[in-house]
Amino acid sequence: MHISRTAIARTALIVGFFLALEILCRLGVIDRITMIAPSEIVLALWRILASGRFNEDIAFTIWNTAAAIGLSIAGGFFIGALLHEVPRVRRTIEPLLSAYYAVPIFVFYPLLVVAFGIGRAALIAMGALFGVVAMVVNTMLGLDRVPRVIIKTAAIMKLGPWTSLVLVRLPAAAPHLVTGVKLAVAYSVIAIVAGEFILATAGMGKRIAFGYNDFDNPTMYGMLLLLLILVMIVNGALSAWEGRLHRRFGQQ
Amino acid sequence: MAETKPHISLREVTKVFPAVGNQPEVHALGPIDLDIARGEFFSVVGPSGCGKSTFLDLLAGLSSATQGSAAFNGTPLQGVVPDGVGAVFQQDASFAWLTVWDNVAFGLRRRGLSKSEIQRRVDHAVTFMGLAGFADAYPAQLSGGMRQRVCIARTLVLEPELLLLDEPFGSLDQQTRLLMGDELLRIWRETRATVVLITHSLDEAAMLSDRIGVMSARPGRFIEVVETGWPRDRDSRIVSDERFGAVTARLWTHLREESLRALGHTQIPS
Amino acid sequence: MKSRAVDTVVLVAGLLLAWQLLSLAVGANIVSPPGTTILRAVALLQTRSFWGHAADTGIAFGLACAIAIAGGILVGLWLGLRRIAGEVADPILGTFYSIPKITLYPIILLVFGLSLSAKVAFGVIHGIFPITIFTMNALRNVAPVYRRTARMLRLSSVSTVSTILVPAALPEIFTGIRIGLAVTLLGTLIAELFASTSGIGFALLRATDIHDVVDILALTMLLFAFAAIVNALLHLVERRLQHHG
Repeated sequence: MHISRTAIARTALIVGFFLALEILCRLGVIDRITMIAPSEIVLALWRILASGRFNEDIAFTIWNTAAAIGLSIAGGFFIGALLHEVPRVRRTIEPLLSAYYAVPIFVFYPLLVVAFGIGRAALIAMGALFGVVAMVVNTMLGLDRVPRVIIKTAAIMKLGPWTSLVLVRLPAAAPHLVTGVKLAVAYSVIAIVAGEFILATAGMGKRIAFGYNDFDNPTMYGMLLLLLILVMIVNGALSAWEGRLHRRFGQQ
Repeated sequence: MAETKPHISLREVTKVFPAVGNQPEVHALGPIDLDIARGEFFSVVGPSGCGKSTFLDLLAGLSSATQGSAAFNGTPLQGVVPDGVGAVFQQDASFAWLTVWDNVAFGLRRRGLSKSEIQRRVDHAVTFMGLAGFADAYPAQLSGGMRQRVCIARTLVLEPELLLLDEPFGSLDQQTRLLMGDELLRIWRETRATVVLITHSLDEAAMLSDRIGVMSARPGRFIEVVETGWPRDRDSRIVSDERFGAVTARLWTHLREESLRALGHTQIPS
Repeated sequence: MKSRAVDTVVLVAGLLLAWQLLSLAVGANIVSPPGTTILRAVALLQTRSFWGHAADTGIAFGLACAIAIAGGILVGLWLGLRRIAGEVADPILGTFYSIPKITLYPIILLVFGLSLSAKVAFGVIHGIFPITIFTMNALRNVAPVYRRTARMLRLSSVSTVSTILVPAALPEIFTGIRIGLAVTLLGTLIAELFASTSGIGFALLRATDIHDVVDILALTMLLFAFAAIVNALLHLVERRLQHHG
């Protein structure tokens, strides 16, 4: 197997970084109150998972995130496809959509809490609100980018509007749809975990917040590492899928 | 004609691209032996991928020969762009953020010339290339042909003695190409520069050049150099000269074989 | 042009209407109606405490922006110009970008404590990544023919970068800055929810604690207005940069 020079350099960089961190922590240059050594963090996570102490919280976060992602994707996709068919409405709403992520949607959090109380409903709502527009925008973009010649081909084959949408245009828009899913996932996770930090009733965010407050670094860093690993797995899988689709579809 | 040293001189020039990662070594060019006389209009035709652009890069000083010697004005070319060489490429190299006038003035500003001298030269080049009404426009507002004129003007204003063109009209439509060909001849006559043109159009090469080098499939070598013998004050109407057909026929005879070879045909039907 | 103005008016009117209906549906003690909210917002704008909070947020935001832009562009330039460094860093940057920055909050709090530095740090870690990534990609995407032209014109490396590469990459760099500033604001506000005793984020949190819905919405509205104005201004600049694009 041929390993490129850049891959070697990159691996060396990452390994070097963690090694340096480990050494600095062990030597006490970085004090224990700020951070514990990477090896200790891994150990702490292992203990947490093995003991199953926080399984409920982990499950809580995962279910919340899954629900929020599901809502974002389904809702965003539906709204995006609909808006694409009514250009006049789309043009009117477009400034709102492009400004959406420029304004901190987070500010709706207090409102959602007041409306839904301190519970998973507020968290899921926030996650869905945060992720949905990314999906809407990318769905519209994907449908925009379907090459005209594909649309004409579908028309010549005498496909009706719905058939054309489902069998031809949506598959053609797939690369952008996956990008939308990736973004929706990222945004939903942020919203939910941050919410769990603040509300601290349950979930991984709660454990991290408690760990911080109690100076319990092993728990705090251990849970942070778990969160990081989960996010990287999901994101990695989606990125690989996205890359495959972009390669198959070429430059559109 | 007096004996003068060739403007460009290549002796057994070879270009090999070293192996990188998974890619094996590529013998792109050569060996090439060629002299190009001062003030000559020389074209290069050849199948895709034969090394025409690599050849031009060598002449421009953008890369250096792996073996052999290449000299410009008697001085060896060593991977440094020498003074007096200008190039126009196939892709649009006009600077999108500058007006036409500023584009053309770009190369001059670095030369320490006085403002009035720059003004004079740029105005002249802009008018010379037919861009007079568009000096304050941005490239994005111009057609492809106009943008290439901007690139040519930017090169000409530096008064190069050697003008290299790598398929400059490749992205233009046929009619525009023919008109630009006439433009190129006018430029050649009035600046008295040596012109080396890379093109995949046999008609274009036959119409514009004093000599045409036919390049083989990779590794590119000159299989033949065809002399046209056209008068200096020619234009695109030379296509109706009775010898024009003979020139293109000769070019195609060689080129057809090489093109088939480049496409991977080992048996060439006669 | 006229239809665009009409569209905007329709949009704003529609939003206000939807707001009013929502307020009626769920009750004014959960969503206060637009009229009351706007009046409260106007009143807030005349209080000293509001401007005190706004100033605190503004200072932290401004500092974070400055650092994120300077750092992002410098690193982005370096990675964009040095091909190997860029290739090595690309996946690493992408991974960092996709990590929820919230995972770094506890670490930042541990390092900086509850202070202005923590707020600025929150803002910076949000903004610096898009700016770096966009700058790096912008430079890598500069058409190769521009570099060849620079060599034909025999420009020095410094001249090539400053007179050709950066101007060519500027529109895309600016898009990165626009996105970066938006998320920097986000980071600063989130920081104020956790790590501060002043600032608009903090004011929001306090209003939540005492269930002052009108204050919550009024502050939210003012924040939106601020972000929308900044975004619109940046869009204007971006469009001017794009006219040759």
